[in-house]
Amino acid sequence: MFSAAVPDDARSMSVIEVSDLRKVYGGRAVVDGVSFSVEEGEIFGILGPNGAGKTTTVECIEGLRIPDAGSVKVAGLDPNTDHDRVTQLLGAQLQESELQAKLTVQEALELYSSFYERPADWRPLALRLGLTEKLGTRFGKLSGGQKQRLFIALALVGGPRVVVLDELTTGLDPRARRDTWQLIEEVRASGVTVLLVTHFMEEAQRLCDRIAVIDQGRIAALDTPAGLISRSASSTVISFTPSRPLDLRELAELPAAASVSADDRDGRVSINGTDETVNAVITLLARHHITAHQLRVSDATLDDAFLDLTGATT
Amino acid sequence: MSHDMSHDMSTATAAAATARPAAARAVLKAEARLFRREPGGLFWITVFPTLLLVVLGSIPSFRETNASLGGLRLIDAYVPVSVLLAMIMAGLQAMPPVVTGYRERGILRRMSATPVRPGALLGAQMGLHGAATLVSAALTLLVGRLAFDVPLPRQIFGYVLALALAVLVMLALGALVSALSRTQKIAGAVGSIVVFPMMFSAGVWLPVQAMPDTLARIVELLPLGAAAQALGEATVGDWPSWHQLGVLALWTAVLSAAAARWFRWE
Repeated sequence: MFSAAVPDDARSMSVIEVSDLRKVYGGRAVVDGVSFSVEEGEIFGILGPNGAGKTTTVECIEGLRIPDAGSVKVAGLDPNTDHDRVTQLLGAQLQESELQAKLTVQEALELYSSFYERPADWRPLALRLGLTEKLGTRFGKLSGGQKQRLFIALALVGGPRVVVLDELTTGLDPRARRDTWQLIEEVRASGVTVLLVTHFMEEAQRLCDRIAVIDQGRIAALDTPAGLISRSASSTVISFTPSRPLDLRELAELPAAASVSADDRDGRVSINGTDETVNAVITLLARHHITAHQLRVSDATLDDAFLDLTGATT
Repeated sequence: MSHDMSHDMSTATAAAATARPAAARAVLKAEARLFRREPGGLFWITVFPTLLLVVLGSIPSFRETNASLGGLRLIDAYVPVSVLLAMIMAGLQAMPPVVTGYRERGILRRMSATPVRPGALLGAQMGLHGAATLVSAALTLLVGRLAFDVPLPRQIFGYVLALALAVLVMLALGALVSALSRTQKIAGAVGSIVVFPMMFSAGVWLPVQAMPDTLARIVELLPLGAAAQALGEATVGDWPSWHQLGVLALWTAVLSAAAARWFRWE
């Protein structure tokens, strides 16, 4: 449905290659030596707190900014000197970019598909994005979710090999957000590589094959979501309500326990640690003849890993 | 910070070749459709100047020969004034808020990430506003001729040349207002302020031909003062004086250069 022009010989190569990218504004390096490559067919996430340099990085990929140092290649081409060819291959959904208020959905789709050499048919695209009912509606009359879906359609209407989606689900309600996630997975399934900029942990964890965590203009970590979680100091969370009070200091001394806390109201104890900590906690409880009510052992989320990596609040 | 970013944008834009002609035509078509959806703007550009001429022409004293106008009637002098009024409306009232709004709402930026350059949007807007002023000028000349017996321009080539320069100078001024205004609101306000000296120099309150000599000499150094004189000369059959055409060309060059220097795509 989302037709992508992917020559066979181009498979398994990097679609996007960023090396030592640097961008300075007013003497401050907003992007400071960022390198990563995005493989054909993957959903690659760029995750980071606000102002980390995520958008500036993708703007260099989209050809909207010229790097101060380093290089960016899209399918081997420079987005600035080869702007025309790169924009034929790369669809972009930009932050804070609207359309003319009185342009209808159909007019926008027709207009944008006229820009490309091999555009996708906009009718099935509109159908899949639930815009068929809205074809005659002017942009200014669309809801936030409908606008976002139109932007996705416009990013795909050129039949791109790669789409860049910048903070796509910001401002959407949870249901619309989940619909959008489904859509992104379908886009990838059709062969289009997706570069996703987000600050939603859940979104990155659910969708991305690999994630670059950017903090203060640098890559703090680059791994799969599971890899990022396991590399943080506390990949496992153990929580339970003890049958009688117990000494938290004793818990904190257990092997690999990163942090221990107790809820003042119900006395529920939480320990961040690793698998090793789990066994140690159970042994300790048995030794003290304490029963652990509602014992839960869960994997830490990307959220925990992210806080570990950046020390930032999201 | 914004200066640096915009510098990137314009360099990036200048770096590559022009947009595909079919795409540029599609942009023009879409903008023409949007232009027609703004009846307010169309009224002020194409209808209002002729309406003003009709109102003035219905005052008997405007139809009497006037010694201070060298034997012309006031209504004769108001035909070029109405023609220039359309250009003021298009260049200063209608276009700057549209273009600045396109930048403010990221419409130009969105287009920068496609194979089409945002310059295509700007070109379409200037072309459409320019075309609307020419339609308006034709309507004014026609109504002046039919309703008030105002002779059509005798030096037609000179008239068209002066008209073209006047359109260009007002579009350049409008582009400069868009370039210097950060928001659509500011563009609207700045446009509304600049409109008054432009209307005065075009002769809306007092035709340049009827101004005291010293004032007329000063007004002739302004773009629309020169345009009013050039249109007047061509109407009576003279080739517009090079002095007036030169003033117009110089203003066009200076204002275009300033607009290009300060215009930001985002």
